[in-house]
Amino acid sequence: MEWEVVIGLEIHAQLATKSKIFSGSSTAFGAEPNTQASLLDLGLPGVLPVFNEQALAMAVKFGCAIDAEIGKVSVFDRKNYFYPDSPKGYQTTQLHHPIVGMGHIDITLEDGSTRRINVTRAHLEEDAGKSLHEDFHGQSGIDLNRAGTPLIEIVSEPEIRSAKEAVAYFKKMHSIVTYLGICDGDLSQGSMRCDCNVSLRPKGQEEFGTRTEIKNVNSFRFVEQAINVEIERQMDILEDGGTITQETRLFDANKMETRSMRSKEVANDYRYFPCPDLLPVVIDDEYIQTIRDSLPELPDQKKQRLMDENGLSEYDAGVLSATREMADYFEAVAKTCGDYKLAANWVMGELSAALNKNEVDIKNSPVSAAQLGAMIARIIDNTISSKGGKDVFAALWEEKGDDVDALIDSLGLKQVSDSGAIEAIVDDVIANSPKQVEQYVSAEPDKRGKMIGYFVGQVMKASKGSANPGMVNKVLKEKLDAKC
Amino acid sequence: MALHNLTLTQISKGLEAGDFTSVEITQHFLDRIEQLDKGDNGLNSFITVTPEQALADAKAADERRAAGDASTWTGVPFAHKDIFCTDGTLTTCGSKMLGNFVPPYDATVVANMKAQGAVCLGKTNMDEFAMGSSNESSFFGPVKNPWNHETIPGGSSGGSAAAVAARLVPAATGTDTGGSIRQPSALCGLTGLKPTYGRCSRWGMIAYASSLDQAGPMARTAEDAAMMLNVMASFDEKDSTSIEQDVPDYTATLNNELAGKVIGLPKEFFPESLDGEMKQAVMNAIAEFEKLGCTVKEISLPSTDLAIPAYYVVAPAECSANLSRMDGVRFGYRCDDPKDVEDLYKRSRGEGFGDEVKRRIMIGTYALSTGFYDAYYVKAQKIRRLIKNDFVKAFEDVDFIMGPVTPTPAFKAGEKSGDPVEMYMEDKFTLSCNLAGLPGMSIPAGLINGLPVGLQIMGDYWREADMLNAAHKFQQVTDFHNAAPQGIE
Amino acid sequence: MALDRSDVTNIADLARLAIAEDNIGQYQEELSSILALVEQMNAVNTDDVQPLAHPADAVQRLRADVVSEENQREKYMANAPAQENGLFLVPKVVE
Repeated sequence: MEWEVVIGLEIHAQLATKSKIFSGSSTAFGAEPNTQASLLDLGLPGVLPVFNEQALAMAVKFGCAIDAEIGKVSVFDRKNYFYPDSPKGYQTTQLHHPIVGMGHIDITLEDGSTRRINVTRAHLEEDAGKSLHEDFHGQSGIDLNRAGTPLIEIVSEPEIRSAKEAVAYFKKMHSIVTYLGICDGDLSQGSMRCDCNVSLRPKGQEEFGTRTEIKNVNSFRFVEQAINVEIERQMDILEDGGTITQETRLFDANKMETRSMRSKEVANDYRYFPCPDLLPVVIDDEYIQTIRDSLPELPDQKKQRLMDENGLSEYDAGVLSATREMADYFEAVAKTCGDYKLAANWVMGELSAALNKNEVDIKNSPVSAAQLGAMIARIIDNTISSKGGKDVFAALWEEKGDDVDALIDSLGLKQVSDSGAIEAIVDDVIANSPKQVEQYVSAEPDKRGKMIGYFVGQVMKASKGSANPGMVNKVLKEKLDAKC
Repeated sequence: MALHNLTLTQISKGLEAGDFTSVEITQHFLDRIEQLDKGDNGLNSFITVTPEQALADAKAADERRAAGDASTWTGVPFAHKDIFCTDGTLTTCGSKMLGNFVPPYDATVVANMKAQGAVCLGKTNMDEFAMGSSNESSFFGPVKNPWNHETIPGGSSGGSAAAVAARLVPAATGTDTGGSIRQPSALCGLTGLKPTYGRCSRWGMIAYASSLDQAGPMARTAEDAAMMLNVMASFDEKDSTSIEQDVPDYTATLNNELAGKVIGLPKEFFPESLDGEMKQAVMNAIAEFEKLGCTVKEISLPSTDLAIPAYYVVAPAECSANLSRMDGVRFGYRCDDPKDVEDLYKRSRGEGFGDEVKRRIMIGTYALSTGFYDAYYVKAQKIRRLIKNDFVKAFEDVDFIMGPVTPTPAFKAGEKSGDPVEMYMEDKFTLSCNLAGLPGMSIPAGLINGLPVGLQIMGDYWREADMLNAAHKFQQVTDFHNAAPQGIE
Repeated sequence: MALDRSDVTNIADLARLAIAEDNIGQYQEELSSILALVEQMNAVNTDDVQPLAHPADAVQRLRADVVSEENQREKYMANAPAQENGLFLVPKVVE
């Protein structure tokens, strides 16, 4: 039978507020356990929540960015469940009246085509703490520093049809929230996590099959792997005539399998109800409009601008706008050197190759955007050749120096662009190559272009590579043509 | 007159006049607590008494007064219901679950009193997590009614009521979720006020039902209650449900004339089944208001009978979530040798909570569960709207609504503890105020068989000053509030 | 609605309350009678009534995004039944 894959993603993004969603504790990552857990975060008796205005603003910003309906009246609910990292015994979240309603994003697939994926909703909620399972005499340790960190949970429609599309969707969301500056996007620190709902149905059938939910997948690569592994598992069961159990599963990247979580537990009943400690959050059109007006350029807009105004190809513009880090880096290079196309060539060529080869993230690039831009500027103003540029780049990468001009000097890469000096060398070469001059002069004019290469080589050799090749070409052509 | 017979207002004036020091009067009350509250024959109105802290605070208050920096409250002794978190002092909420809980912070109401230099003598007994109408559900034992040791003092603020009635303190804080200030005030002959929801901060007040809980004063006179509410009430940024509204000086308007005020008597508060003597006591009190120039009008609050069923969904639902944090992990009672996390939860909670608390958690859990949510919780919230609408309509025509606080005077200990539903009926006249968020108070309205009964005064939102004014004028022309239990004088 | 024994044990499980086998019958009876009381609500039609969650018609106030809390771990954890190295200890949590 031919199966159709149905995937819906729930992405949790930590909002980049300074303080927690309902308390004045810091949200900074990596502090000593429980040093950023206030009375409220610990869920002590008698404490009460007050809502953080930035968490609201960031969620509305996100809603505007995905062209969603914004909930003018949103309500916090309690989701009841017992777990040691949930200090109150319930999570404060939004069920019936989320801050962000139906919206959408466009994803670009590998073949260059785009697909629109609808976003059902995005709601505000609080993160849980962490259970640490190292051995404390056979017990677990509970750290509540993360408890109360604001999250938006972004729920997609079940419109994603492959693991690759899921990754493209996740990456696009990552790009949007980081462009907006509402999430630092650091997957390794758990700033964004993804739950993948996966089911299969016979092709052509409208009704959904039974789904499983793979919890807490925290990298783009794992999303693809986990979904593919789960698709295979479900397909094997269905092909054998079995049925899928609706359950929560965990992805094990080492064993490349998903396995059932908390399977022994009876299905939980979360007993949602409106949180009586918080009142309805009410915002007006003006508030929404102010936020809408202040939205930064988003990935799709940037891509379009790079094509329309800066003359980049669709492919280049797509790559360079895909992530906030890449885009910020590229634009800094382009602005420093003033040439978007040249900047694009260097960023996508030399820089990307070096980053890939050394497995370095662009934000940790040893060559800064300012340095790369300054170096390209020296190519543009003929101080160095393109080849010289590569030498400078290599030196910067190896951190042999910080200052581009100083490196050009110390590496002796400065081109001779003094016309008198170049003319003298050219005259010398012409005088020492009578045979080649003879051939040039007697050749058909349209063949001469190719023959000039010999003279260029000689001049470059004589100048020890320092002569400006463009100028050498120009002077040679003038002088040789004068002999014809 | 013995120091303990002085009212809060008189103590405040006495301190100001230099008739006695705070240390002297604090010691006097501490001695009374020692004599009358402890042992088998004691009232058991306190869970914790803090003599050393109280005397240190009294000394500091006297110094503050000497330095010319005293307020009305500086050096005045009182007690807190053991539901308010007190930094460094045991706060049990009447439960084994919090039998060892020492809060690392002060409730806002506690901080407000502290800032004035008031002297807290200790923490009063209460029904466990404020769930009860007789003070029999406290883990720390029942409280006796000073008027008759065989009867209950009411609940859940029964410790505060008994302590004030027995003159162990001149006033105490209480909280009222379904009548827990008004009912014990009525049964112990006190003046108690539950303010408008949002008037007193709930920060640090251990939550029973968050949308109903409200703190308020329990004192002997309306004048004293006004003095206390002046300090208890505040806008608090730490409580999202605290309403940003100025706190008036409730003592400034106590003597306003009542002429022309209209009192509504809801027929649903005077059913056929109402005890004849109770009805008579209430009508006698109403007659006094008529003499003060008020007019009386019969009104209807048709949804009154639905208050009990709605309350016993809303309050348990909220408490079922509020009490989930009591899990033996970060504070409070933990069972011995839990074999896994589930065992830790189930046994800590099973052993740490008493029967009534468990019953309400279970009712609330059931009412919120899948398949029952609409039929119970949503239905109750709709009834709540109807109850509020009744009041909103009624207050278009009347200034006050009056009626009984309780169906009968204090009943005998053990009489209703075997039947939760019969116990719940005790609150039939008080619950609707909480569901609507309105202010309500109880003032002494005489004795039946030697036991006090109360008159309930309800006002429109934020009309506490008017209610205290009415109560004070009433107390100027009546003597009910001066009656004291036998042997107390 | 009258509850049966398994309803009582299910509710107790959801609420994480250990209940002695011997007491189930009593809870069954008491909870059923409370539910019977509660069901008096059904006497009125509320189809056109908006639920009321809060007595006041107020809206949520917002807090400025400022870190106002300092580390007070020692004080805040003083009530913990079991702790080590700044962590609350619980029986091993298995995922």
